[in-house]
Amino acid sequence: MTDRTTVFASVKTLIEPFNAKGAELTEETTFVGDLEWDSLTVMDFVASIEDEFDIVITMNQQAEIETVGQLVDAVEELKQ
Amino acid sequence: MTILDTKDAAEMEAETPQARDLFAKFGPLMAERDRLLDSGVRDPFAIVMDEVKSPTEAVIDGKDTILLGTYNYMGMTFDPDVIQAGKDALEKFGAGTTGSRVLNGTYVGHMACEEALKEFYGMDHAMVFSTGYQANLGIVSTLAGKGDYVILDADSHASIYDGCFLGNAEIVRFRHNNVENLEKRLQRLPPEAGKLVVLEGVYSMLGDIAPLDVMVPLAKQYGAMVLVDEAHSMGFFGEQGRGVAEAQGVIDDVDFIIGTFSKSVGTVGGFCVSNHAKTEFLRLVCRPYTFTASLPPSVVATASTSIRKLMHAGNKRAHLWENSKRLHRGLRDLGFKLATDEPESAILAVLLPDQDTAVRMWQSLLEHGLYVNMARPPATPAGVYLLRCSLCAEHTTEQVEQILGMFAAAGRATGAID
Ligand SMILES: Cc1ncc(COP(=O)(O)O)c(C=O)c1O
Repeated sequence: MTDRTTVFASVKTLIEPFNAKGAELTEETTFVGDLEWDSLTVMDFVASIEDEFDIVITMNQQAEIETVGQLVDAVEELKQ
Repeated sequence: MTILDTKDAAEMEAETPQARDLFAKFGPLMAERDRLLDSGVRDPFAIVMDEVKSPTEAVIDGKDTILLGTYNYMGMTFDPDVIQAGKDALEKFGAGTTGSRVLNGTYVGHMACEEALKEFYGMDHAMVFSTGYQANLGIVSTLAGKGDYVILDADSHASIYDGCFLGNAEIVRFRHNNVENLEKRLQRLPPEAGKLVVLEGVYSMLGDIAPLDVMVPLAKQYGAMVLVDEAHSMGFFGEQGRGVAEAQGVIDDVDFIIGTFSKSVGTVGGFCVSNHAKTEFLRLVCRPYTFTASLPPSVVATASTSIRKLMHAGNKRAHLWENSKRLHRGLRDLGFKLATDEPESAILAVLLPDQDTAVRMWQSLLEHGLYVNMARPPATPAGVYLLRCSLCAEHTTEQVEQILGMFAAAGRATGAID
């Protein structure tokens, strides 16, 4: 598995506990539209991603992330 | 004949592009509000005080009402010395300054008010803003610039969040009052980057206090500057009434304290106090300080007088704490669920299961002659609906007992308690 595939898989695992609707998770899945997360769910989820990868995703960066794919890209970059 | 008359209406319409309605984004919220009001309840956000009789009593809709939802913690609004100072300044200096603090808007009264603050906090510098909102907006946005980090508690007041959005810094949130969560974030940030950790002494939604004794030294350990908003603690926390940072013994490590005149001080205005020599320079670069008119002379005169009286308000302070304990115990005994196990401040938040119960309970209390604040998300954390009670040092013990009687009656009438 490439590094990106590994990150994608971990992100998917971390989304599951918050995926109340059981939405299908692809690169294009959106957090607000498809998963229907409110700001508090986003906050909890971001904290779990940050702890998993030992990174900080600032609110400025969060504002730019709409899809699962974009999040995976951001995590990849921040892990450097 | 004008040029407009030459075109008929249909032609005009065809030429005007169909731009999106700017109000459309409020649609869902408007619908929820309409649903609530259609159910026949009174609008909790449209109360009018016809008459205000004292810090604890007003007339609402012709009915005498006990106020348990103001921030008049120390009951200074009707203090005779405070009122006299305001009248004198109004007559001597006029109704307003019509100018910015950095141009024609600084009078001797503004300087005297800053002197009073310096003495109250034992600090070298004080800047008076037109509101506490603007003080946070200005200090947060000005101190932390591009490439710097603001690290803030997730439950921070709107004025702190707005200060972040106005500035260019990177914004990092940590879980409310969670020391471990804060430390992890500090650890992960670049050691060389400028950092401002923003905390509050008392969080106003639930009335809980911050573990400043742990968080302030932790922030310092990572080289951060620390700002503490003591809006809801001034006058009755700590030996000198300087706030939670004083009460927990860490005030000397706090770089900036933000406060307001709209709560314990009993008027309107905001401030920042600090020991940093460079604080004075902020007056020239802090836009919410510079680009707005200064407070009217009567307001700064009432504030100075009130602040000086708060230095010697030991008895009031003690009574306020007594009131908070009595009400907390009484509400819990009645079967209400409170946000904190012990009374941590002068704010007690009664938790209710949903919006419907909260509004009916709020309305029933009002009908019994008691005003409290209703709060709902997003102002409150985690989908919480609550009735926020804030006590005043001028509430008598009898009033607190009366209040408990009203809660008992309203709670049973609405099914909030058995
Ligand atoms: C924590 C906190 N900071 C700042 C403010 C703003 O104070 P002001 O009313 O002076 O704008 C408030 C008041 O709502 C507050 O609760």
